[in-house]
Amino acid sequence: MADTARRRDRQGLWAALTLPGTIWLIVFFIVPFYAIAAVAFGGFDPILLAPEPTWNPLRWSFGAAREVIDSIFGGPLQPVFLRTFLYVGIAMSLCFLIGYPVAYYVARRAGRWRTLLLVCMVVPFWVSYLMRMLAWVNLLNPQGGWASDALNAVGAPTFFRWFGLSDGSEVWFGQPVTVISGLVYGYLPFFILPLYASLDRIDQRLLEASRDLGASPAETFRRVTLPLSVPGILAAAVITALPMFGDYYTNTILSGSPRTEMIGNQIESLTRTIEPQRGSVLVLVLSALLFGLMAYYLRITIRTGREANEARA
Amino acid sequence: MKDTVRPPWDRSRTLAVLTWAYVIWSLVPVVIAIAFSFNDGRSRSTWQGFSTRWWTGSEGSLLDSDDLRQAIINSLVLAIVTIVVATPLGVALAIGLSRWRSRAASGSNVVMLVPLVTPEIVLGASFFIVFTQLYTAVELGRPAQIVGHITFTLSFVVVIVRSRLASIGTTLQEAARDLGATPRQALRLVILPQLWPAIIASIVIVFATSIDDFVVSSFLSGPGSDTVPMRIYNQARGGATPALNAMASMMLFVTIGAIALALGALAVARKRSGGRAAAVEDFTGFSV
Repeated sequence: MADTARRRDRQGLWAALTLPGTIWLIVFFIVPFYAIAAVAFGGFDPILLAPEPTWNPLRWSFGAAREVIDSIFGGPLQPVFLRTFLYVGIAMSLCFLIGYPVAYYVARRAGRWRTLLLVCMVVPFWVSYLMRMLAWVNLLNPQGGWASDALNAVGAPTFFRWFGLSDGSEVWFGQPVTVISGLVYGYLPFFILPLYASLDRIDQRLLEASRDLGASPAETFRRVTLPLSVPGILAAAVITALPMFGDYYTNTILSGSPRTEMIGNQIESLTRTIEPQRGSVLVLVLSALLFGLMAYYLRITIRTGREANEARA
Repeated sequence: MKDTVRPPWDRSRTLAVLTWAYVIWSLVPVVIAIAFSFNDGRSRSTWQGFSTRWWTGSEGSLLDSDDLRQAIINSLVLAIVTIVVATPLGVALAIGLSRWRSRAASGSNVVMLVPLVTPEIVLGASFFIVFTQLYTAVELGRPAQIVGHITFTLSFVVVIVRSRLASIGTTLQEAARDLGATPRQALRLVILPQLWPAIIASIVIVFATSIDDFVVSSFLSGPGSDTVPMRIYNQARGGATPALNAMASMMLFVTIGAIALALGALAVARKRSGGRAAAVEDFTGFSV
C-alpha cells in the first residue's frame, strides 16, 4: 500500500515537471503547424485580401492546394522545383566528394594534427552562418572582390558556362554556380562532423583483420570501411539535405535573381507578403517531400539517444 | 601494419592536401571579413589601409550608428530571454521525461524531438502564420521572436540534459529517497547539482543557436526588431560600409567570449559535481 502511494507521489512530481514544456510545445509547435493547414485549406477574404483560416477540417476546401499542385506539374512552379532538386543534388554530391575524404583523413590519418584539425572543423559552427555568407559577398564583389578577380583571371566563368551553371558573365552574383557553392560552403561543416564521428568509431582491428586475411588496402576500404560508414554518410546527408531544401537566404544573399530561385524563396515571399495561402500550401508540399528525411533523422536521433543510455547503464 | 590499411588515393599526400585546403577555404574568408572591418576606406572588398574608424569614432561606425548598435542589442536581448525561459523549461521537461514512466511520456518524448528535425523554413512560416492568424495578441517583433526562439531551442536543452541524466543514473536519487528525502528534496539536493555541466552546456548551445538564427527571427520580425544576422542579410549586397563587418565580427567575438566563459564555468562545475562528468561529452554528445 505504502509503496504504491509513494510510487504515485513520485510519479506525480515527474509528470508535473513534464507539463509546462509539453504545453509549450503543443501551443507553440503543434498548433502553428495546424494553423498552416487551416490557412492552406481555408478560405480567402476578397475584401480584406487576407486569408481566412478554416479550423474545422471537415470544412476544408482544396482549391488553392490544387492550383499550386497544378503549377508544380507543368506550371510556373515547375522550374523552381526542378532547380531546387538540381542545386541540392549537386551541392550534396560535392559535400560528399569533399567531406568524405576530409572526415576520413581527420579520423584516421591526421596523426598529431588531429586535435588542431578537429578544432578547425568545429570553428565554423561558432561563426554565424550569415557572417560566413557576408564574407563571400565581399570576396565576390564585382568591383575588386578578391575571389571574383582571381576566378575571372583564370577564366572560371567560361568553365562553368560549359556546365550550364553560369551565363559566362564575370559578375558572380546571380549565377547558379555561386548559389550551389554557397550551399556547399554553408553546410559542409554539418556534413563532416557526423561523418567524422562515425568513421572515428570504426574499430581499427577490423581493418587490420581484413589486411591480415589478404585484402589489399583498396579492397579493405571498399569492403570494410565504406560499408561501416554508410550510417554516418546517411546521417550526414540527412542533416545537410533538410536545411538545404528549405534554404532561401543563401540564395538571396548570393544571387537574388529569379533565375536561381528555389522552393524556399517562393515560400518566403508568398507567405510573408503576397499570398499566405499559397505559401502555406507550399510549406505543406515541402514538408511532405521532406517527410521521409525527417522521419529518418528522427529515428536516428532516438536510436542514438537510446544507445547512449544503454551504453551508460 | 597499421600504415598499410589505407585506401588507394592515400599513397600520395592527396588527402592531407585536400583536408588542409578545405580548412583554409572554410576559415580564411571569415578572417578576411574580420580584417576588412579595419579597412580605412568605404569598401568591403578593396584594402585601403588600416583604421578603426568603422568600429568607433566616426559617423556610421559600429558604436556611433544607432541601427547597428540596436541590432546587437536586439540579438543579445533575444538570446538572453530565450536562455532564461528555455533552460528551466527544458531541464524540467528532460527530468520529467527521463523519470516519468507512462505512455504520455513516451509520446511527449517523440514530439519533443520533432522541432529538432523540422527545416527552419517550415518552423518560421508556421510561426508567422500562427502569430498573424491566431495568436494575434503576441506582437510581431521581439515578443514573437522570443516565443519562436524558445520553441526551437527547447529541444536542444532537453536532448543535452537527458543524455546527462542517463549517464548519472538513478542510484543516488534512490539512495536519497531511501534515506528519507521527499521527491522534491531528492530533485533539489541530488539531481540538480549533478546537472550543472549539462545546464551550462545547454545555455551555450541555446545562446549560439539564438544568436545565429536568421530564419525564425526574420519571419517574426516587426518594426525595429532587426537582429545581427537580419542586418547582414538586408545590407550585405547594398552599399554598406565595413561597419557591417565590424558588427558581424563583434558578434563573433561575443560568441567566442561566451564559449570561453562557459568552458571556465564547466571546469568549476566539474570539480564541484565530481564523478566522471565529462564537459566535452555534454557538448559533443549533442552535436554528433
